[in-house]
Formats: sequence, structure tokens, C-alpha cells
Amino acid sequence: MRCWIAIAVLLAASACERERRDFKLPNGEQLTQSTRLSQLQPGSPSQPMTVDSPLEHNAYALSEGKRLYSAYNCVGCHAQGGGAIGPALMDHRWIYGSRGDQIFSTIVQGRPNGMPAFGGRIPDQQVWQLVAYVQSMSGNVPKDAAPSRNDDMQAAKPELRREPKPPVQTGHR
Amino acid sequence: MSATPVVQREITDEAIAAERIELARSWAQARGVIGFLSEVDHKRIGLRFIITALAFFALGGVLAALMRIQLSVPENAFLGPDLYNQIFTMHGTTMMFLFAVPVFEGLGLYFVPLMVGARTIALPRLAAFGYWMFLFGGVFLYVSFVLNIGPDNGWFSYVPLAGPEFGPGKRADTWAQLITFTEVASLVGAIVIIVTIFKYRRPGMTLDRMPIFPWAELVTNFMIIFAMPAVMLASTALILDRLVGTHFFNQAQGGDPILYQHLFWFFGHPEVYLIFLPAQGLMSTLIQTFSGRPIVGYAALVTSLVATAFMGFGLWVHHMFAAGLPEIGASFFTAASMMIAIPSGVQIFCWIATLWSGKVRFEVPLLYALGYFAIFIIGGMTGLMVASVPLDLQVHDTYFVVAHLHYVLIGGAVFPLFGALHYWFPKFTGRMPGHRLGMIGFWLMFAGFNLTFFPMHQLGLDGMPRRVYTYLPGLGWETLNLAATAGAVAMVLAVVSIVINVIVSMRSGEVAAANPWDASTLEWSTSSPPPPYNFHPATVVASRDPLWEDPPDQPIIDGIRTDRREVLVTRLLDAEPDHRYHSPLPNVWPFMTALFVSIMLIASMYTPWAVVWGSIPPTITLIAWFWPRRKEVDDETHPVEKARPRLDEATGPA
Amino acid sequence: MIQSVLESAGIQAARVESEWWTIFWITTIVTVIVLAVLGIALKRGAARTDATTSHDAHLHRYIAFATVLTVVILFGILVRSIVTTRALASERVTDVMQIEVTAYQWWWSVEYQHPEPEQRVRTANELRLPVGRTVAIKLLASDVIHSFWVPSLSGKLDAIPGHEAVLWLRADKAGVYRGQCAEYCGFQHAHMAFVVVAEPPDQFERWIQAQRKTAEQPQTELAQRGLHIVQRSACVMCHTIRGTAAGGRMGPDLTHFASRSTIAAGTLPRTPEHVNNWLADPQAIKPGNRMPTLALSDADRAALVAYLEQLR
Repeated sequence: MRCWIAIAVLLAASACERERRDFKLPNGEQLTQSTRLSQLQPGSPSQPMTVDSPLEHNAYALSEGKRLYSAYNCVGCHAQGGGAIGPALMDHRWIYGSRGDQIFSTIVQGRPNGMPAFGGRIPDQQVWQLVAYVQSMSGNVPKDAAPSRNDDMQAAKPELRREPKPPVQTGHR
Repeated sequence: MSATPVVQREITDEAIAAERIELARSWAQARGVIGFLSEVDHKRIGLRFIITALAFFALGGVLAALMRIQLSVPENAFLGPDLYNQIFTMHGTTMMFLFAVPVFEGLGLYFVPLMVGARTIALPRLAAFGYWMFLFGGVFLYVSFVLNIGPDNGWFSYVPLAGPEFGPGKRADTWAQLITFTEVASLVGAIVIIVTIFKYRRPGMTLDRMPIFPWAELVTNFMIIFAMPAVMLASTALILDRLVGTHFFNQAQGGDPILYQHLFWFFGHPEVYLIFLPAQGLMSTLIQTFSGRPIVGYAALVTSLVATAFMGFGLWVHHMFAAGLPEIGASFFTAASMMIAIPSGVQIFCWIATLWSGKVRFEVPLLYALGYFAIFIIGGMTGLMVASVPLDLQVHDTYFVVAHLHYVLIGGAVFPLFGALHYWFPKFTGRMPGHRLGMIGFWLMFAGFNLTFFPMHQLGLDGMPRRVYTYLPGLGWETLNLAATAGAVAMVLAVVSIVINVIVSMRSGEVAAANPWDASTLEWSTSSPPPPYNFHPATVVASRDPLWEDPPDQPIIDGIRTDRREVLVTRLLDAEPDHRYHSPLPNVWPFMTALFVSIMLIASMYTPWAVVWGSIPPTITLIAWFWPRRKEVDDETHPVEKARPRLDEATGPA
Repeated sequence: MIQSVLESAGIQAARVESEWWTIFWITTIVTVIVLAVLGIALKRGAARTDATTSHDAHLHRYIAFATVLTVVILFGILVRSIVTTRALASERVTDVMQIEVTAYQWWWSVEYQHPEPEQRVRTANELRLPVGRTVAIKLLASDVIHSFWVPSLSGKLDAIPGHEAVLWLRADKAGVYRGQCAEYCGFQHAHMAFVVVAEPPDQFERWIQAQRKTAEQPQTELAQRGLHIVQRSACVMCHTIRGTAAGGRMGPDLTHFASRSTIAAGTLPRTPEHVNNWLADPQAIKPGNRMPTLALSDADRAALVAYLEQLR
């Protein structure tokens, strides 16, 4: 009996997390660009601050992220995730880190060899939506929240049917 | 008949009393929790359907009241768009799938066997299974709503809005699976009622002597069988598009969003009629009883029901006029939509003629039937307006259509239903419904209804679209919206007073005789409420109105075993006795099957593999359900040669 | 602003309005007669003291008569309806002004067609029409199904993704008419309106000439700062202001923002105060709409408003 209640509570919690339609970023989740690219730092070593993506469980944010991915022309370089001018996003290799805050920084700060810095151009909330979507491209968000296919020509499997690819941090080659 | 071996037997009052005791034992309703879950008594299943559906009606009404509060003033902040969209979707879905269809299914399960003079329904376990599916589906929908997974795309869930790209999360899947639940429940219910009508009618009740309500149920349930598969296809294709990534409705890959609309409305329009037709049957029943004379134009009424059912399948496109259709096609559907007014008109004329030539008694049930005239006729007239393509293009998807559909469905179905519930209240409970509170309830309902929905005609003409969570001030919509909200308050009060009346009458109402309204149909020939075995002794039917016109010395049907559940199966057209049949005993497996099918359906929203693995437990329970028991096999059927029931020609009850 | 079926200002709506009144009176009369007969029937039935008979032959005759009458009336209504349908279709002429309207969640993009691409004019949520001239409105949907409806000018037509629909209409009276999306399309279906301004042809010509120009250069210092903010902030991702670096196509074209009378798809009148509120918190005004909340200081926002307000 207790087990059933636990399952029900869990189901309810995940449903609430998944189905919320947040039109604004919940307060306190604003990430100021604090993620570090280098482990070297002055003074005594301290644990780097990490921030998890606030939206990777949220279906609405993921679908908004998917919409913005085309609208802001991420497609132009990364294609539908397979990569072209820019690296592939649906594989397991991560050059600048696979954590939410790392992807956030990559979008906001830009990266050498072509990734523009979108800081100031895309509001934080939308960056987080993009972060969540980028994570879903390699299957690394819950399947019940991940986006399904779009109403256009299909290049790849819908995100919710992709097998999770455990991220491997390759660094810059 | 000539070959029937007529065996004379003396039937005495003592013998009948003894047989009644034995029948009560063999048809005893189940007890305890397991018994509750195993119930196969058609009256209990029917009543469960009715009560559950009315509970959903109340929930749907609460949602409607919330919407009216939100719309009472412009730019109201009471409900946001996200919640409002869920609420209006839940309201429509609830009223269509969890109230209107099941409540008439329940009335059919309760009254069809009684009106055709049968011991029970055919396939009672299937009916029980249907009820549990309906209950689980409804509970599933409301639990989902509380968990914020309530569907939010309208009761029609058009793609692409409900499709994979624009419907994130599981909300649209909830809707699609709810459809599957109610589909299964309606389809099995339809089969049960059709078979009951075809094979369980009492000897003598040829098809043209059957009362109008069973006729309406027969026609309706055939419509269910033909209409429901279309929406099942639509909702399954929708969930496949969403979950598996198929392309049924993806324009870019050869699918088409319009295809969804065609599939949905090929079901959706007949759906309106399968709510409306049983209510037409109720109207005939009420008008006949309270005019105190046989209905005028029996053949015309039955033909109208059948004609409506056929035509009902030929006008779905009038829901899609604004989607841009070829002109000639649109004109065809305009003509078809107008044509369907003819059978409705014929029925109304027959009823007026019945009242004209009858002895009218103004009881509460008749008032509801009269409310039907006042409301439904207006709804029918606005129906003619929206059937015309040019007018429809102006008022389609506005509050004019909201007004129209509520005039048609509340006037055409809910008013007759409430009338029938008052009418049959003594049969359900053994007590008469209170008259004074009943009158108050009716007048509040009637006034509240018109105050709520009449202004909406004007709102629609003034340009207010449907399904808006708010509107801007200064467009001239404020006053009428406020009036509509006031009307909604009156409707809430009406429902409250009806509920109070039910509670008071059940406790302290006047005890009802077998036939308190002096009606003519067979359900009134047995006690109120009926015993588990419905009738004993049962006489052969000799006319359309057996309680008014049958001679007192009609032969009694004999030769059916009383020591076990045995029913007499008759032939389809002439209701001649065919064979005896064992009616199944209570059994918990229909409940278990429904439980496991529900789990499978819900789990399949999350992974398609649930369909594969989830089908194993229902398979096991189905095997248990149909596992033959020696006792039942032996008694399963008795061909005519072996045991033809005797119609005792000479002796009636003393 | 007028948004009423019964206040037609164009030929198409006028045809429907005239049919409306015909059918309205027919159905009203029929309803009154049926209810009157019902009333008499009830009075007779309630007053009856003798036993009822079941000789219904004369009743059957009345029912048959009423049914035949019903068929005749229905046929009349059908003919009236088909006549209107044909008349509506007769407006489909070839030499018309072509306007492409694309419906987005939850606003309308309007493009006046011209053989030369640079002569085309793009605006949003506002349709200007020359009085007395038939226009063909090509309807497209970019995301879900919407429905284009200006009650005073014409019946509605759905914009369905992947399908192309054309609506012919003609405004006959100068004036300002309101239109609104009529197919449920998500969160902000309620606030997806637009304005139709019908004006004399010469005035229309002046307007379209003005619209062809690129955006006004900011004159005041404040407005210049506003332009600077546009170009360095998120605005450019979605909006186009021709003549500046802003070239996004996701949101309404703002080149002649201040020539329009409303903002947020007909939701608010375009006053500096409303524009300021909208920029401060668009999600409070239209929850769920696609305009994100921007992190702008009050001073920056004031500059932005000043710039937008001079984009005539």
C-alpha cells in the first residue's frame, strides 16, 4: 500500500513538473555568466559552482526550445542535430560540457571557431529553453517530456524516441 | 406455433408465490465488496451508469460555472488562459463522453429489458465490463486534470494544435486515451442493448409493438457501432503521431490535418444524434403517458428515428464549412443538414397531435417535455441557420453556435432526460418525486437556461468568438455576458433544488404503486422498484400498450426454470419463442479485465510497449472470465426441440 | 470599433446579412406558429373530460399537411441559401488587389503583393483597404489552424497549415472594423485580433506609398538611443525594421509601427504608456504569447518607446 502511495506521489510530482506552462523564468534561476571554462583559478582551489538546467523536465519549455532552435537559426550550423558547419548535437560527444549551465554558457558566451555569442540577444528564459532542447537532442531528458516530431519533413527520429546517449566530455580537439 | 406442445398446468397463487421466492434466490443480487464488483444485474449496472454519468454532469456543470465566472466581466483575471483552456476542454469532453452518451446507455440498460418484458439483458458481464471501463475512464480524466495533465485542445482536439509539434506534454494523449475508454464502454453497451432488443423481447412483442424508447435505443446503438470507430481511428492516429512519430496528419509527409477533421466529425455529428435520439424516445414516452392515450403516428415516429440516424451520417461536413470546401460539396451538405429537420418536425407534429387529442396531466415530467418544445424548436431553427453556408461562415465558432448547440442538446436531450428521471423515479426508488420542489427545479432550470444561453445568440452576431478565455471591454459584450453568468447561477440553483428533491423524496416521498402514472408500458407492470428477476408471472404481449389495451386473460409464459438464471430467447422480428438460455452468474472477471485494460491504456501514453506487455494480463482475465463451468455448459442452450417453453394458453392468474 | 454580423460594411457581409433577415423572419414565424398550436393543444388536452379515442385519421392528415409545409419551407430556405452562396462566389474576379495574410500564434502578418518584390509592403495586425475595390486575401497559417474573420466585411475562412485559402471581399463604407481569429489556436486565441481600415482610394494610395519607405531615422537623442537598444538587444532576433539591422521574421514587422492604431494584435491601443507596459511585461498582458520578457532598465525602455513611436 505504502509503495502504491509512493508511486502515486512520484507520478503526480513528475506530472506537475512536466506539465507546467511557465511563461516567465521562475525567480532565482537567473544564471549570470559564471561557468568557467578553465579549471585553473587564482587562490586556493574551490568547488566550481554548477547550476542544473531548470527546465529539462518541462515539456512546454522543451517544445519552446525546439521552436526557438529553428527560429533563431541554430539549424543553420548544427542542422537538425547531425551537425554541419557546427558540431553534431545529437551524439554523445560534448566539447564544452554537457551540463545545463555549460550549454547555457556556450550559447551566451559563444565559442571559438564559429559559435556566436548570443548573450544579450536571447533572454535568459529562452536560453534555458534552448538548453533543455539541446539536451533532449541526444536523448538526455525524460522521455515523457521530450518533444515529438514536427509537422514537416523528417530528418531524424523524434526526440522522445531517441535512446539516451551518455555524454562523453571530449574537450576541444 | 402449431407445433408447440401445449401442456396445461394449473397455475395457482400459491405456486406463483413459491416460484417468486425461488426466482428471488436464483437471481439474487450479489453482496459484499466482491459481490459489488461482480454485479451483473442490469438494473444495478444501469443505475450505476446513470448515477456516475450524473456525477460527471455535475462536475461538468461546475466547470461551466467557473467559465461563466471568468467571462462575467472583460479581461477578468480569475482563470488564466492555460487553466481556462483545460476547463473548457474538460467541460465539452465530460458532457459529450462522460455524461450524455453513458447516461442514455444506462437508461437503456435499466429500462430496455423492463420495457420489452425480459428477465435481464443479454451479455450482462459485457455490460458490467462496459461500466467499469466508463468509470475508470472518467476517473482517469479527472485525476489527470488535477495533476495538470487535463486536455487543453477542445473536445475535438484538432491537429496540429493537439498534434506532436504544438501539444507538448501528455495532455492531448489524455484526451485520446479517454476516447478509447469511452469508446469501449459505449460499443459494448451498444452490443448488449441491441442483442437484448433483438433476442430478449417477450413473446408477442413483435418489432412493431415495441415501445418507442427501445426503438430509439436500438437506432442509437446502431449509430454508436457505426460512428464510434471513426473517432477511434482519429484518436489512435493522433496518439500514434504524437508518441511514435507517424505522419497521419503531417502535411509535409503526405498526411493532412483536414483528414483528422473528417474522421472526427464523421463521428462527431452522429454523436449529436446519438445523444438526441434516445431523448426523442423519452419524449414519446412522456407525451404518451401524460396525454393518457396511445401516441399518434407510431409508424411515423419510428421511421423518423431511423431516418434521422441515416441522415445523421451524411452531414458531418457542415462542421467544416469554414475550412474552405468546394462550393458544390458545401451545398450538398447544406441540403442534407436541412433535410434532417423533416424527421424532427414529424416527431414534433405527432406529439402535438397526441397532446391535442389526449387528456393532459401537468405533472413535472410533462413540464420537462414541454420545456423541450420551447427550447429545442429554437435550437432547431438556429440549426437551419447554421446549415446555410453563408450564415455559417459568419456565425461558425462564435457564441451563436454555443447558444445553438446548448439549445439543441440541453433542450433536446437534457430536458427530456430530467423529465424521464422524474418519471421513472418511482421505478428506481419505490417512492414518488416531490411535486413542489420538482416544479421549482423545473422553472429555475427553464428560466436559468434561457437567461444563460439566449443572450449568446446576440453575442455571436456581435462577433464574439468561442473558446476565448477573456474579451476586451468596449465591444458591447459586457451586459450580455453578465446576464449569461446570472443565468448560470440560476441553473446551479436549479440543480441544487433537484438534488434536494431527490434526497427528500427518497427518504419521505409517498410510496409508489406499481404504476403510479397510469402508463402503458411493461416496466410499470412490475413492482416499484422491480424485483431482481423483473417479472413473474409474465404474460404474452398482445398490443403496443399492454397495460392499457391487452385483454386481462392474456396467456402466461411458463416453462422457464426458476431454480437457476434462465431466460427465454425469442426470434428477431416476431418475438416467437426460440430457446431457453442460461444467463451468466455474477463474476468478478469483467471488473478485473477492465482494470487491466485501463492500466494498459494509461501506460501506453508513456510507451508503446505497454500495448504489447499490457495485453497479457487482460488476456489472462479474459480466459478466467470465459472459463467454462460444467454447470453452465450443461445448461447453456436448449434447442427448441428439446425444451420449448410452454405458452399456457388457457389459464391466467386467478 | 465595429465587429458585428448585423452591421455590414462590405458587399459579402451585406449579402449574408440580407439572407440572415429572411431566414430569421421565416424561422421566427414558424416557431411562433408551432408554439401557438402547442399551446392550443395543451389547453384542449387539459380541458378534456370525455374519454380519448384512438381514431387518428384526421390527425394523420394534419401531420402530413404540416410535414409537406415543412418540406416546402425548408426548400425555400435552401434556395435562399444557395442563391447567397452563388452571389458570394461571384466576387471571385481576377483583376484584384492581392494581399497575403499569414496567421501566427497569436498575431497576423499582412503582405501587400506586387509584381516587383521591393514594392511589396509588409505590416502586421492591420489591414488597410481601398473602399469599393475587391481584394483577394490569400490566407496562410504558419503553425496551427486559425480563422480569418471580419464580421462587418465577410464570413470567416480558416487558415490551415499546408493549405492555401483565398477570401474575396470588398469594403463599401469607409470606417474601422475589427476582426478576430475564430478558430481556437492556443493560449492567446482570445487576443488575436486585427484592425481593418477601409479608406478612400487616394488615401489608401498615400498610405501604401508611405509604407514602402524604409524606417524613419530617429531625430531626437532619446530615439537615437532607442534605435541603438533595438540593434544591440533581443529585438532583432524576431522583428524587422527595414533600414536598420533588425531583420527577424518571427514577430510583427515594426518598420511603420507608429502608423498602426493597436499593439499586441489588437489588444491595446498604441499609446506610449501601453507600449511601455507591453515592453515591461508582455506576459502579464498576453500570458503565453511569444514575446519574451526583456531585461530592460526603465530608461532604456523609455528610449525604446520614443524610437518606436516615431516609426510612422
